[in-house]
Amino acid sequence: MSFDKQLVALYTILRKGVVRILRIWPQTLLPSIVTSVLYFAVFGNILGSRIGNFNGVPYILFVVPGLVMLAVITNAYMDVATTFFVSKFFSRNIDEILVSPTPSLIIISGYILSGVVRGTAVGILVLLVSLFFALPSIAHPLVAILFLILSSLVFALAGLINGIYAKNFDGISIVPTFVLTPFVYLGGVFYSIKSLPPSWQTVSLFNPIFYIINGFRYGFLGTSDVSPLTCVAVLLGLMLVLLGANWYFIRTGLGLRQ
Amino acid sequence: MAQDALLITDLKKKYADGPEALKGVSLTVPAGDFFALLGPNGAGKTTIIGIVTGLVTKTSGTVSVFGIDTDEEPERTRSMIGLCGQEINFDPFMKPRDILVNQAGYYGIQRRIAIPRAEKLLNDLGLGDKFDQIGFKLSGGMKRRLMIARALIHEPKFLVLDEPTAGVDVELRRSMWEYLTTLTKGGITILLTTHYLEEAERLAKHVAIINKGEIVANGTMEEILALHDPSTSLGAGGYSGGKLEEIFIKLTSNNS
Repeated sequence: MSFDKQLVALYTILRKGVVRILRIWPQTLLPSIVTSVLYFAVFGNILGSRIGNFNGVPYILFVVPGLVMLAVITNAYMDVATTFFVSKFFSRNIDEILVSPTPSLIIISGYILSGVVRGTAVGILVLLVSLFFALPSIAHPLVAILFLILSSLVFALAGLINGIYAKNFDGISIVPTFVLTPFVYLGGVFYSIKSLPPSWQTVSLFNPIFYIINGFRYGFLGTSDVSPLTCVAVLLGLMLVLLGANWYFIRTGLGLRQ
Repeated sequence: MAQDALLITDLKKKYADGPEALKGVSLTVPAGDFFALLGPNGAGKTTIIGIVTGLVTKTSGTVSVFGIDTDEEPERTRSMIGLCGQEINFDPFMKPRDILVNQAGYYGIQRRIAIPRAEKLLNDLGLGDKFDQIGFKLSGGMKRRLMIARALIHEPKFLVLDEPTAGVDVELRRSMWEYLTTLTKGGITILLTTHYLEEAERLAKHVAIINKGEIVANGTMEEILALHDPSTSLGAGGYSGGKLEEIFIKLTSNNS
């Protein structure tokens, strides 16, 4: 398949994914916005006004980057995991692509980019919603954008692995519910690890999402619990591992060919 | 001499947690042919189709499409094949035109080319007024025709139809036969599996019968029908099917 035809195939998969996101926006875009409004209202305004300044900034400004990243991570992950799983098991329309000459790398890229679009779009929407509660300043916009896109990419890659290996609906809900969400909450969405006892600070350092949230927070506040370079390194490391895993699936037919 | 559309040699398939689905199948589908592959449920028809189209990996053997090995150049062979599968497997929330245009996109065909082509195909298959109807609201027959249209959107040289008329009423089935006949006249090779043996008898030039992963008969329709033995026919005392049906039952019911 020539390069220009591969681009058409990639565009087709991506377009289909984006059309789906927009078609079922009450499922794909709205929930994170509603949840964020509640978080901003409760943690930002009601509790935040009592907490006062946190790490030198009003508490709501501290939690905004974490809540944006929470939305980005879960949406990028769930978009790819769910779409791939449903295509594989229910409508079985993944066969439409598998019988075509579209290379596996393009198939994966299309699904991943769709997840990146949803993750990034929801992240931006949640950020816009936060403007109704606070006016976050962005100290390093490029750093924030870098983390927004890279985080979407990393968790879209992770979601694809989940989508490939899930055998039933439990398979795509277990990881987000019992792994992803706790890791995100314990990654410092609502607090700085400096507020934790030393032993828990050490434990937090093994949570990769801690670095993602802190890197993104650095983009906004200009300060974070760890060096932004360390955060970038962890994010790139995660991406390499997940790319490697996905490359393995490419080589073995995505686990879809019997 | 025209190249064979499909050449299968000693094809074997053993599923990881199942029986040996194919036990050394060899098959040739001449270019331009209308070839019927018949067999009872679980005989291995869909496995063969899966291997030819790239949905199933083979255990051993070779498959080539128009002289090109499917292992060596899978992208090229897939671009020559159109598959209308047994199960309705398009996205039920999409509209027929979008389903076809997307399918074209997977073959690298741009939307500006795919849209008019999709509309023509839908018109040809009697779905001209269903361009923008949600897929799941189509009737069973309409879904089948949409599946055929999807298989044709990239203008394949070789069309694989896995029970395309299952569950379709007689009138519609006959109109689909006419459509398929016009396709072969236009030079498209067709491999058809069906449980409607009168369909195969009416349409196919060549026929192969597979049972338990092995080809038990293979030849022109005339050669296969010549196997018919009137003395074993049920005759007037009971239901008597067509010749092909009686041959089929005889060949596939002698289970060892």
